[in-house]
Amino acid sequence: MPSQRKAIALISGGLDSLLAARVMQEQGIYVEGINFFTGFCVEGHTHAIRKQDHAKPKRNNALWVAEQLGIRLHIIDIIEEYKEVVFNPRHGYGANLNPCLDCKIFMVNKAHHWVRDHGFDFVVTGEVIGQRPMSQRKDTMPVVSRESGAEDLLLRPLCAKNLPPSRPEREGWVDRERLYGFSGRSRKPQMALASQFGFLEYAQPAGGCCFLTDARYAAKLADLWASRGTKQYELDDIMLLKVGRHLRPRPHFKVIISREEGEGNFLKGYRNQYINIESISHPGPLALIDGEPSFDDIELASRLVARYGKGRESPRVELEVRDLEGHSYRLAVKPLSPSEVPEGWYL
Amino acid sequence: MSKVVVDARRLLCPLPVIRVQDKVAALMPGTRVEAVCTDPGALHDIPAWCRINGHHILETRTEGDEIIVILEVGNP
Repeated sequence: MPSQRKAIALISGGLDSLLAARVMQEQGIYVEGINFFTGFCVEGHTHAIRKQDHAKPKRNNALWVAEQLGIRLHIIDIIEEYKEVVFNPRHGYGANLNPCLDCKIFMVNKAHHWVRDHGFDFVVTGEVIGQRPMSQRKDTMPVVSRESGAEDLLLRPLCAKNLPPSRPEREGWVDRERLYGFSGRSRKPQMALASQFGFLEYAQPAGGCCFLTDARYAAKLADLWASRGTKQYELDDIMLLKVGRHLRPRPHFKVIISREEGEGNFLKGYRNQYINIESISHPGPLALIDGEPSFDDIELASRLVARYGKGRESPRVELEVRDLEGHSYRLAVKPLSPSEVPEGWYL
Repeated sequence: MSKVVVDARRLLCPLPVIRVQDKVAALMPGTRVEAVCTDPGALHDIPAWCRINGHHILETRTEGDEIIVILEVGNP
């Protein structure tokens, strides 16, 4: 009796990867899941930070999908390695700073390495031709297979019938007739298949899972690079881009202002790394200053912070400023009026 | 019984799970691991990760802003 074949499935937590893995299970393939954490994953971060979202159920969708499938899931931290993909994508960016094609190649490559290192047979993804404008097109599917190194050990069960047979199909490990020929942006075939499998609940039926596809987030990242004169970031940088209002009053510093209590609590964790300002005479936000501000800049930032507190209509607001050495002093300032905050300051 | 502590404070989902996963990979079955987290998502995610990977949750509790998850390494 032939031994059971083993596939590693890229599990994003969305519907397509759920279905792709399940199609393999239906054919008797042993499946484990792999999920990559880039630092830009939308996955739950803003919910975890914002207090007003605390009532929403929090779950990691990739873990949830794995549990629905009854498979093991390996979550891999690729934050450092992924930087090169973000900085220098060979195939360029999408509409924003999303290097989708390079990202897919990178992840399939990592999964292929997993196959080789752990005695698995092939890689499975939930890709569908025409689903995404950059990474999931008929002409880019072979590019992913080739440049990832996976070649014909990459199987896309949801659109396999639109592609040349992969090795798992040719070798008879899986039955090509029981794979699918989905294409295009419509989600109806996937939803019908989900219903057939009994999946009544699933995440983000057509959503993105990466902040780099978000125009506002990408603008903040581009500003970060421009202000530093280099395409670099650390995890804290890209986490902070997800939190608060970001305003750049001067080229050499920006102010990150919490919008509610949960964000304020999150920003408190960074008080030792950034000059920070907090209103003490009135309830108000916590703000971090990123850059090298002069005393006048700090006074301007304080007026800005006061503008977002309860004292915005008061003639004076007292704030506490803490520097990087932990020393603090108080400033009494007049809050900026809305007309004194140019639109161009907002990132 | 001694236990291994994973400090995942200030880390957001899924980093607490990754830290636990990477620590558990090097431990013998039966070892106890205490994860200290601040992301409320860890309360659900670490137990979910344990369920699908054959480890056992012994206790979850909240202490102020911190979430404590204690698990026993299984033999998957």
